[in-house]
Amino acid sequence: MTTSASDATVAGGAMPALVELRDAVVVRGARPVLTIDGLAVADGTTLALVGPNGAGKSTLLLALASLLRLARGSLTFRGATVGRGTELAYRRHIGLVLPDPLLLDTSVFANVAAGLRFRGVPSAAAWPQVTAWLDRLGVAHLRDRPARQISSGEAQRVSLARALVLEPDLLLLDEPFASVDAATRGRLLDDLEGLLRETRVACVIVTHDLDEAVRLGDRMAVLVGGRIRQADTPEQVLAAPLDEDVAAFVGAETRLRGRVISSEEGIAVVDVGGMHVEAVSALAPGRDVLCCLRPEDVTLWSSGSRDMPSTVASSARNQVRGRVSRMVTQGSLVRVSVDTGSTLVASITRASAADLGLAEGAAVLATFKASAVHLIPLAS
Amino acid sequence: MVGSLADGVQQLVAGLGGADLVEITLLSLGVSGVATAISLLIGLPLGTWLALSRFRSRGLVVSVVNTGMALPPVVVGLFVAFLLWRSGPLGDLGLIYSPSAMVIAEVIIATPVILGLTVAALGQLDPRLRLQLMGLGASRWQTVWWLWREARLPLLAALMAGFGSVISEVGAAMMVGGNILHQTRVLTTAIVLEVGRGEFEKAVGLGIVLLALAFAVNGILTWAQQRGPGRQDASR
Repeated sequence: MTTSASDATVAGGAMPALVELRDAVVVRGARPVLTIDGLAVADGTTLALVGPNGAGKSTLLLALASLLRLARGSLTFRGATVGRGTELAYRRHIGLVLPDPLLLDTSVFANVAAGLRFRGVPSAAAWPQVTAWLDRLGVAHLRDRPARQISSGEAQRVSLARALVLEPDLLLLDEPFASVDAATRGRLLDDLEGLLRETRVACVIVTHDLDEAVRLGDRMAVLVGGRIRQADTPEQVLAAPLDEDVAAFVGAETRLRGRVISSEEGIAVVDVGGMHVEAVSALAPGRDVLCCLRPEDVTLWSSGSRDMPSTVASSARNQVRGRVSRMVTQGSLVRVSVDTGSTLVASITRASAADLGLAEGAAVLATFKASAVHLIPLAS
Repeated sequence: MVGSLADGVQQLVAGLGGADLVEITLLSLGVSGVATAISLLIGLPLGTWLALSRFRSRGLVVSVVNTGMALPPVVVGLFVAFLLWRSGPLGDLGLIYSPSAMVIAEVIIATPVILGLTVAALGQLDPRLRLQLMGLGASRWQTVWWLWREARLPLLAALMAGFGSVISEVGAAMMVGGNILHQTRVLTTAIVLEVGRGEFEKAVGLGIVLLALAFAVNGILTWAQQRGPGRQDASR
C-alpha cells in the first residue's frame, strides 16, 4: 500500500512542498486577519507575496516562520507538521529578514554570527562563514563596528548576511528594502537576485513593489483582505488578473464594466456604455465583464495630425476618440487620462507627450490591441 | 587636600566609635544587598514574563505592580511586623528583630520596583526584535537572554533603583529590626537614634557614610552599565 502511494506521488511528479500552509487561519482579537486555503513553496523557488497595505502579507510571512499561532490549519515542512515541540527545529531551517534591520546592540560581526551561536556552532567554525558572508554582501570592512553606528543600507545588508550565513532551506524576507533609499535599493535588489539564483535557496519575499515581485518571483501570490486572491507566475497574474482588486493592484488602471454582445473566432465584443471594446476572449455573449487594460498598452495619437486622419493603420483593433482630461508626470513617463465617455488611462513617455503636443482638453485617438484587453467575468 | 580629607574621615570614624561604625555599615550593605539580590531573582523573571506575555488581565497586573513600586515602607514594616510578631501567624519562626526580618521587609519593598522597571525596560524594546531573534533560530532562553542584553541599561537602572529603595529605607528596618546594637542596627536606624539623642554631629557623619555607600554602589553599577558587554564581542 505504501509502495503504491509513493508510486502515485512519483507518477504525479508531485514532490512534497518545502513548506506549505493549509486551511490556515490567523485570528487577532476575535477577527480572522488571515485565511489561507493553501499555499506551498517548492524547493529552490521564490514566491513573491504582494498586496496592498494591510492585506496581511507580513502576518502571512510570520505564519510561515511559525512565529504566529494558527487558530486553525497546519504548517508543514517537507511534509512534517510544524507544531509544539518542533517549532524551534523548524525555525533553525529558516532565515528571517524584517523590514527594519533590527540589529543587536553589538558588533556587526557578532550580529551576523548570532544565528550560528544560537545553533551552538563553535566560534572557530563560525568565523570563516561569517567573514565570507560579510564579504559577499560588501560589508566586510564594517565587521568590528558597533551595529548601531552603520547606515540603514549597510544595516540591511548586515541583516541579509545574518540570515544567509545560516544557509537556510527557506529564506523569509519581509520588505527587506523598505528602509533604504532608491539607489541602495536598486543595488541590493541586484545583489539579492544574484544570490537567489546562485544559492537556489527557496525564498518568500513580501513586497508592495510590483517590479521587485516580477523580477524576483518565480511565482507571485496576491493577498487582499487576508486572503490569497491569485497565485501564479508573475506574467500570468499581470496578464490575466482574476478579480478587480488584483487587476487594480497589478496596474490595470483602466477597468470598465460592460457586457459581451458578440463573440466570434476568439474575439469578444464588449459594450461599455455605448463604446465597443474588442478583446481576445472566449466568453459568451450576455456575460457581464470587467475590461482591464494596462496604461502601457494604450497608444495615443493626436487627432489633429495629418498622418493619422480618422483611423490608424495599426494592428490595434480598438480605436477610440476622446479628450485628455488629466496629465500626471511620473519620472520619465506621463499618465494621461482620456475621457471617451468612460475614462482610459495611458502611459506614454514625456518625449512622445511633447511630440503629440498633448495638453489637457486636447482631442486624441487612443488605440489598443484586442490582446491587451483582459476580461474578468462578473457575477451577474 | 587628600590628607586633610583622610584625617576628617578618621576623626569621624573615631567619633562614631570605630568598630561599631564598620559593623553598622556592613550590616546596612549586607541586608540591602541580600534583599536586592532576592528581589532581582523574583522581579527579573516575573517582570520578563509579564513584559512578554499577553493575557486578558495583564494591564491590571501591571498597574498593581506599578502601585507596588510606591508601597510606603512603614506600611510594609507594619505588615511584616504583624506577621512575625511573637504571637503573630509566623511568630514561631522567631524572626522579629533579626536581620532576616529586615531582609523580608526590604524584599517586599524592592521587588515591585525591580519588577515594574523590568517590565518597562523590556517594554521599550521593539516588539519585533523578539520575532527577529526567534526567526534566526533562538530558543526561548536564548531569546530572553538577548532581550535582557539589549535592555541591559534600563535593567541595571532597575537594579539600582531597587537597591536605592532599600539602602535608604528606615521605617520598616526600625519596625521589624528594632535598631538593636550589634544585631539589627543599620545606618538609617542609627541616624534616627542619634538625632533623637541630639547627637547631630554623629548623625551627620552617619549620613555622609550612607551617602558614600549609595554613591559607591551606584557608581560601580553605572560603570558596568556604560562599559557594557558590547566591547567584548567586538574584540572577539
